[in-house]
Amino acid sequence: MGAIDLNTTALSAGTGARQYVADVLVLGGGPAGTWAAISAAARLGSGGRVLLADKGYCGTSGATAPSGTGVWYVEPTAKARGDAKQSRAALGGHLADEAWMDRVLEQTYANVQQLAEWGYPFPLDDNGEQRRGSLQGPEYMRLMRKRAKEAGVKILDHSPALELLVDHEGRVAGATGLHRQKNEAWVVRAGAVVIATGGCAFLSKALGTNVLTGDGHLMAAEAGAELSGMEFSNAYGLGPAFASVTKSLFYNWATFLYGDGSPIPGAASQRGRGVIARTLLQQPVYAIIDRADAATRRWMRGAQPNFFLPFDRAGIDPFTQKFPVTLRLEGTVRGTGGLRIHDNSCATSVEGLYAAGDAATRELICGGFTGGGSHNAAWAMSSGFWAGAGAGDHAHSLGRSLAQRPLLRAGGAGLQDGGGTAIDPAQTIAAVQREVLPYERNYFRRGEALHESLRALDALWLRLRGAAAAAPEHALRSREAAALIAMSRWMYRSALARTESRGMHKREDFQGQDNAQRHYLLSGGLDQVWVKSAPGPAPLRAPAPPAALDTQGAGA
Amino acid sequence: MIELVSSARCTACNICVHVCPTNVFDAVAGAPPVIARQADCQTCYMCEAYCPEDALFVAPQPDDAVSVAEDKLAASALLGSYRREIGWSAGLPSRAASDHTFHLMALIK
Repeated sequence: MGAIDLNTTALSAGTGARQYVADVLVLGGGPAGTWAAISAAARLGSGGRVLLADKGYCGTSGATAPSGTGVWYVEPTAKARGDAKQSRAALGGHLADEAWMDRVLEQTYANVQQLAEWGYPFPLDDNGEQRRGSLQGPEYMRLMRKRAKEAGVKILDHSPALELLVDHEGRVAGATGLHRQKNEAWVVRAGAVVIATGGCAFLSKALGTNVLTGDGHLMAAEAGAELSGMEFSNAYGLGPAFASVTKSLFYNWATFLYGDGSPIPGAASQRGRGVIARTLLQQPVYAIIDRADAATRRWMRGAQPNFFLPFDRAGIDPFTQKFPVTLRLEGTVRGTGGLRIHDNSCATSVEGLYAAGDAATRELICGGFTGGGSHNAAWAMSSGFWAGAGAGDHAHSLGRSLAQRPLLRAGGAGLQDGGGTAIDPAQTIAAVQREVLPYERNYFRRGEALHESLRALDALWLRLRGAAAAAPEHALRSREAAALIAMSRWMYRSALARTESRGMHKREDFQGQDNAQRHYLLSGGLDQVWVKSAPGPAPLRAPAPPAALDTQGAGA
Repeated sequence: MIELVSSARCTACNICVHVCPTNVFDAVAGAPPVIARQADCQTCYMCEAYCPEDALFVAPQPDDAVSVAEDKLAASALLGSYRREIGWSAGLPSRAASDHTFHLMALIK
């Protein structure tokens, strides 16, 4: 791979654009991006130039900042680490890779230690010991922004990237984008680029996810990068129907009810979320968190203050009053599909391009299962740390003469003139959502419906490719629309190719797990989407616990 | 979605314009920012967390605009409630130190 999928156009002198030169450019300022930037700066040493461009504001952008997250922080004993690796092996369909789990556990432990040294206020237990298994989003990301700045990283807020730049050998060498609040274009020439733009939740308004539209995946694929695990892209978050807060931990203490107040048999947050989805297809579902005692209720308030905001503001006591719930698509934010990782430095298949966090496939540690917040947070900080170092080393190896190399624009759909009339991004986005949000299409998948959706999505792609380039004020939305279409097509083509149910991928027409399909599904391409299998990982050394029935929702 | 920029409380510091991850506000010279793109609000409450004057209010409904009355919000102590809950109000300790998640995780193991 590495071939460029689109006809590229030369980057002109960049008239009217703000110009930057960096050793490493990090796209995305969530946990993965900030860890990558800090790691790259450390690797490059004094004189290193690291730029971080965030679509929104580094510190509030993405799914972590407005939330809180568990961390896969496990004491370095053989027993604890062995149990941790096995705990979700079956849920993930035995697609997690033990060597990667080992190194993520190791790196996460070190990084969390680092957070403690930086002054993150971890809570103390009754013995006066710090408990480091969870992070409060606002506090964590405010600290990460501060540490990135102290490391010398230059942060560009409200500066979404629109496309990658490549050199004549196909190596990634920068990006272009917009300073949204200044109505100004930017061009960054860089030795290496880290994609840390998060997953894709298809603008569902699940908490903190609306900046996460797959922009980085699109840009990377345009430069020739591969994806993996895109069938594991249909995580749905549980929350009040009247709110954005898809935090599901406390629903372990909930009872789920029909409108008449009678309990719904088999409905649960863990291992019963499918029942909730099926019931929601027919009628409203209610919950009441009636199984938490007084102490547990107090702990809940301290653990996730944001969980209670919607209830307090709607005047509902969730412990004593039933409230309607819904499932919002969290796509690959909690799902595990993303850019394929080729080596321990988190390089993609394209030279000069690295991927980290939710933008990169998390199958390596979760297989086909969400992993809840804890694995996701661990993956973000570990893969970010490695990608930043890898990108720093790559930039260093190129030397600075390459700052002057001629560059090509890799961006296609929405940026290049296809000859037709321009599309309406809002209509296009709504059309994608009609195919990917409904439970009957994406939670419960069927070959026939997947084909039908793909016909609609392929047509949307062709329409966009044949459209005029977006006017500058619509460029960002048009690229988001392009990214959502591309993501949905990789997702459903992969879902069609996996003719079994494994991890979160549920096929109504292939309900069992097929041992012959314990492999990864790679995907890529834009005008022509392709899917192919690659060997799965070696089995875990120790026996795994028994398989569970429903794999949505555990630990989220 | 974001429903209120209180002109009585706002000092036009424009922090919300900078920190909103979905670029919902527009700064206005010498005046409070305006909610320019309400439909882009993802209801993440981050603007409230960063507002030093407790001048903002995000209604929980992410998809529909709702009407709010500032005097009622102030009377029910909902203005600034998120900032107080996470310990970011002036003079409060960070609430991260009282993160009881570990107690809860022990219960569901």
